[in-house]
Amino acid sequence: MPKILTAPAMARCIGCDSCMLACARMIYNSFAPHKSAIQIRSRGGAMGRMAANICTACSEPVPCVEVCPTEALTVRAGGRGMTYRKTECISCHKCVEACPVRVIGWDEEESKPVVCIICGKCVGHCPHDWLAL
Amino acid sequence: MLNSELVRILHVNLTTGESRVEDRSDLFRDYLGGTGVAMRLLDELVHADLDPFDPAQPAIFAIGPLTTIFPVVTKTAATFRSPLTGEYGESHAGGHFASALRYAGYDALAITGAAQRLVYLLIDGDRVEVRPADAMAGMDTIETGRVIREQVEGAGHRSILRIGPAGERRVRYAGVNVDTWRHFGRLGLGAVLGSKNLKAVAVVGQKHMALPADSRAYKKTYAEVYDKVLHTDAMKKYHELGTPANILPLNELNALPTYNLRQAYFGEAEEISGEAFAEHDLITKRACAGCQIGCIHIALYRRPFSPGWEFESTMVAYDHELIYAVGSLLGIGNRDGILHLIEEIDRLGMDTISCGTALAWATEAMERGAVEPEQLGGIDLRWGDVKRYSQAVAAIARGDTELGQWLGQGEVAAARHYAGQDYVVASGGQGIAGYWTGYAHVLGHLLGARHSHLDNAGYGIDQKLEPYSDEAIVDRIIADEAERIVQTSTAICLFARGVYDLETVSQALTSVGLQRSVDELRAMGQRVYWERVRLRERLGFQARPEDLPRRFYETPTPRGRLDPARVAHLLELYQARRAAVT
Repeated sequence: MPKILTAPAMARCIGCDSCMLACARMIYNSFAPHKSAIQIRSRGGAMGRMAANICTACSEPVPCVEVCPTEALTVRAGGRGMTYRKTECISCHKCVEACPVRVIGWDEEESKPVVCIICGKCVGHCPHDWLAL
Repeated sequence: MLNSELVRILHVNLTTGESRVEDRSDLFRDYLGGTGVAMRLLDELVHADLDPFDPAQPAIFAIGPLTTIFPVVTKTAATFRSPLTGEYGESHAGGHFASALRYAGYDALAITGAAQRLVYLLIDGDRVEVRPADAMAGMDTIETGRVIREQVEGAGHRSILRIGPAGERRVRYAGVNVDTWRHFGRLGLGAVLGSKNLKAVAVVGQKHMALPADSRAYKKTYAEVYDKVLHTDAMKKYHELGTPANILPLNELNALPTYNLRQAYFGEAEEISGEAFAEHDLITKRACAGCQIGCIHIALYRRPFSPGWEFESTMVAYDHELIYAVGSLLGIGNRDGILHLIEEIDRLGMDTISCGTALAWATEAMERGAVEPEQLGGIDLRWGDVKRYSQAVAAIARGDTELGQWLGQGEVAAARHYAGQDYVVASGGQGIAGYWTGYAHVLGHLLGARHSHLDNAGYGIDQKLEPYSDEAIVDRIIADEAERIVQTSTAICLFARGVYDLETVSQALTSVGLQRSVDELRAMGQRVYWERVRLRERLGFQARPEDLPRRFYETPTPRGRLDPARVAHLLELYQARRAAVT
């Protein structure tokens, strides 16, 4: 069973954005939390609950992989989720639209998707330990 | 701007609806950001000869070079001419505003002019729009946020400032609600926005900003600071009980202002302590964008509304100052009552501390017969009576009674009108924060730029300084405020001041290519301190012992009953320091 990212204790989220900032800083070389494969939201304003948009590592057939016209996205070993090779990406944007949970972001500057590589950097930066791999 | 030594300012003129962007390297060089930049821009744009509500007056917001890209760098500094005091206005807020402004691509926002009709301002990166807000006239702060969320995309990367009906009506201590839980609370920024017909400001920040080519130093420094924030005791207090941890220790010291400061001990303090709130009411904590602490303590305020087990429940954020201002100061010893008033004052869009100090003065004035219930629409204020205070809060926001109108001008103006100055618990034109510790608190509140305990922590100096000489008190008040200017100019939350000593600030700046030595930072703090004093004086600030109320000399502090002669001497010493730097 390959590792997947989950948010089992989302009710503990304080909305600090540390996970987004960690993904941007450590994976996407960016200061900006918009450039992160995990996205934290409040639902119904700040009085609502906090929500995490994260890659759910779909089982085969993996929707984003299915629509990828090149070998940029391939099914990860173990049959869940994908691996991403930026060099193969032709910037067609199809994976963004295909994602059933709408968590593949788009980097306007580079015209490339922002995808989760399930590395766990965000998990290590959660002060309340609600993220897990 | 990230990766450059510039302050990028978005100027918006609400009279013409036009906006423009200005890049300033001199502001970055001399002030970095935050407090320093906001103070300097106010100095350039304010009109000392015009009323605080004149359309020409600016409202300025500034973030700093470390905003969001380092832990707990979460604050925006706002400056304006205060309608409450008539002089310098500065107020800081957290929430998501600083982060949204950063990733919208601006370091500062300067709003001038006044719209013809009620509007809100949308800033979505390079797109700046003035949009109609007629439908939101009279709407409370929470509902205004909801309506704008329906109109503006960008969940998770947006921030919404908004005023309530009290700001629209220009109650002189109307505040600005920031993302539901935080506020530009003090000194009346909400009334200034109201005078501009500006109901809200929505900022969406979704720009990408690349790390420098070699980001090793930045990542290493970030990790070190992150570790200090999370794994040392530096911020433990704010994370656990939060600021209300102060209630019981202050009460035990006889330093918790109670019954309009007729005493500094509250018999019911246990009931309204941080411990009691945490045990019975706390349901969650929230954080500002980029802060791992989550000091925002949120209570569930649950009350029945009809028989048959019918309840309504809301979430209310509480802090020490609020528990003092609408708790002990009004003789309210039950938590539900405090939550009720906090919520009501917040929805109407007023500063809770100033609203509490005004109500405390009014209660004593009524008791003494200086004012009558008829002047407040028949509301007979009584210590501890939450229902009547709730009615009075609404009356202040409506401004439809004689006393309600005066209380909306602030208790200092009301006290002058009704000859009740002796027992007004304010200095520098603003009600005091929730401490009664001694000379440094009184002096620090009067001399501090924000007339706030946060300027120089006089309450802490009172509790720790030895020897407690006049010279040491004055020097510490100046030195602490000058050092805090470094932290607030880099936009660090002052709750993280134990993490960000000047050495750490210097390292953090250097790690992103902005070389500043500890000596340079310290010198900047001292220079900006006196520049700000000169600006305050230009706007009418004076520190005179005769403006302090008699009440300050009646109620003993842990440092004893204050002696007017000693207060006068402290102010003379301060004036001598001031004269030496002209």
